[in-house]
Amino acid sequence: MLKDITLGQYFPGDTVVHRLDPRTKLILVIVFIAALFLAVDWIGYAVMFAVTALCVRVSTIKLKSLLKGLKPLIFIILLTGILNLFYTKEGTVLFDWWIFTVTTGGIKRAFLMVVRIMLLICGTLLLTYTTSPIALTDGLEMLLNPLKKIKVPVHEMSMMMSMALRFIPTLIEETDKIMSAQKARGADFSTGKLTERAKALLPLLVPLFVSSFRRADELAVAMESRCYHGGEGRTRMKTLRLARRDWLAFLAGALVLGGMIVLRVYGL
Amino acid sequence: MAIIKTEDLHFTYEGDELETLHGVNLEIEEGSFVAVLGHNGSGKSTLAKLFNGILLPTGGRVLVDGIDTADEERVLEVRRTVGLVFQNPDNQIVANVVEDDVAFAPENLGVESSEIRRRVDDALKTVGMYEYRLHAPHLLSGGQKQRVAIAGVLAMRPRCIVLDEPTAMLDPVGRREVISTVTRLCREQGITVVLITHHMSECVGADRLVVMSEGRIVADGAPREVFSQVELLKREGLSVPATTELIYELDAEGWTLPLTALTVDECADAVMAALAR
Repeated sequence: MLKDITLGQYFPGDTVVHRLDPRTKLILVIVFIAALFLAVDWIGYAVMFAVTALCVRVSTIKLKSLLKGLKPLIFIILLTGILNLFYTKEGTVLFDWWIFTVTTGGIKRAFLMVVRIMLLICGTLLLTYTTSPIALTDGLEMLLNPLKKIKVPVHEMSMMMSMALRFIPTLIEETDKIMSAQKARGADFSTGKLTERAKALLPLLVPLFVSSFRRADELAVAMESRCYHGGEGRTRMKTLRLARRDWLAFLAGALVLGGMIVLRVYGL
Repeated sequence: MAIIKTEDLHFTYEGDELETLHGVNLEIEEGSFVAVLGHNGSGKSTLAKLFNGILLPTGGRVLVDGIDTADEERVLEVRRTVGLVFQNPDNQIVANVVEDDVAFAPENLGVESSEIRRRVDDALKTVGMYEYRLHAPHLLSGGQKQRVAIAGVLAMRPRCIVLDEPTAMLDPVGRREVISTVTRLCREQGITVVLITHHMSECVGADRLVVMSEGRIVADGAPREVFSQVELLKREGLSVPATTELIYELDAEGWTLPLTALTVDECADAVMAALAR
């Protein structure tokens, strides 16, 4: 059962969206979020919706997976909608009872806010769905590279990230093993009150922690044996290089962002 | 010429009162296949970590191709010359994709991208894991993982590979895969192999066998000579190969048989000859 956990929910594929450089995708997500917050009125949101829909379509990511990603955030989405619905007092009043007042302006604002949040989540999901965690860490490391000048340990952080990602399946396997061993001796992880279940996890976590430290120690020795000495003078077998499609993607992103700014400043 | 040379090597772990190694003098000839035998706590794993400067001697010194491992300036040269493979393959694989893992060492050494690519492909072909280059390591079998670990060391183009109980966590199939791979590395590519183990059967193909006990070398010679010292090996808590055991027992019963018959065929011939007498 633990083996079913997928990390970063990466769906491998071979579409243009998948093949974009991770750096491009990271930057474009930021551009996308900025554009989303600059968008005004129906027209702005319609364009953003169209852009998102196009990207989803090209990436061949299933709508079902996107909805699955939205599900855990449904509460926040609904709350935002309801708050905007009742707190906006614009246009004609449609409904008025006690402290609840619904106006036409409120309905519009609530609808657009819900759309904004949903698009925001879809945009970031698209990034993690189409980029492997390792590519993402690599991209992040390269993007943050200039920060090395102000002594931010960029290489170390990204190395830790990729090590953590590498060891997740190993640790899951180990947890499975320890759980089976405990179950064989009568441990019960699935029934009882919450506190009881939490207590049952303790004998699981202790051996897991101990073995993680042992693993970390062995790994460090193995890495040093293979001449690891930090990020200095390190080269990469697979260097990231921006292709023509990356520049085209940047251009598209700039156009969308520019469009949103123009719309906001001049209106329609 | 000796690729690794230890001179009166002493070692004590920090915080320990007892010394782990008490004056080891060992020379490992370049291109040879040396097996180091010993039971747990004999100091053989410590010795492996001293060979590439992961641990530094508390007395005496270790020379790798003439370089003192205590020389901080040249530690990368030492580690590039002597590659280490450890017992648990899971804890020495650093990447999520086989070929990225093999590329780790040359990346650390600052080798150019196209050259890394070449070395990675060569190393994976050498250990017979080229078809698995895009696989996730955690989905491979133990023997395959260990071969990937060997490829990861090979990509440094080392002159010597030290393997610290590389088969301890493997099943018999994985064990055979690993042993035949390292034997081939030594015989075909001339890479010095130091195999640390407590499995007798893995030492049969070695040129030289060093038996360690309590931080000292107690026997050193060709496998045939060492195995024929049955009493010594038994005293050290090591089992001899089944063939030697058989001949030793028959010998004790009054049959005169050569203790140097090591392989199954040799053993069978010796017994047949004795029966014919």
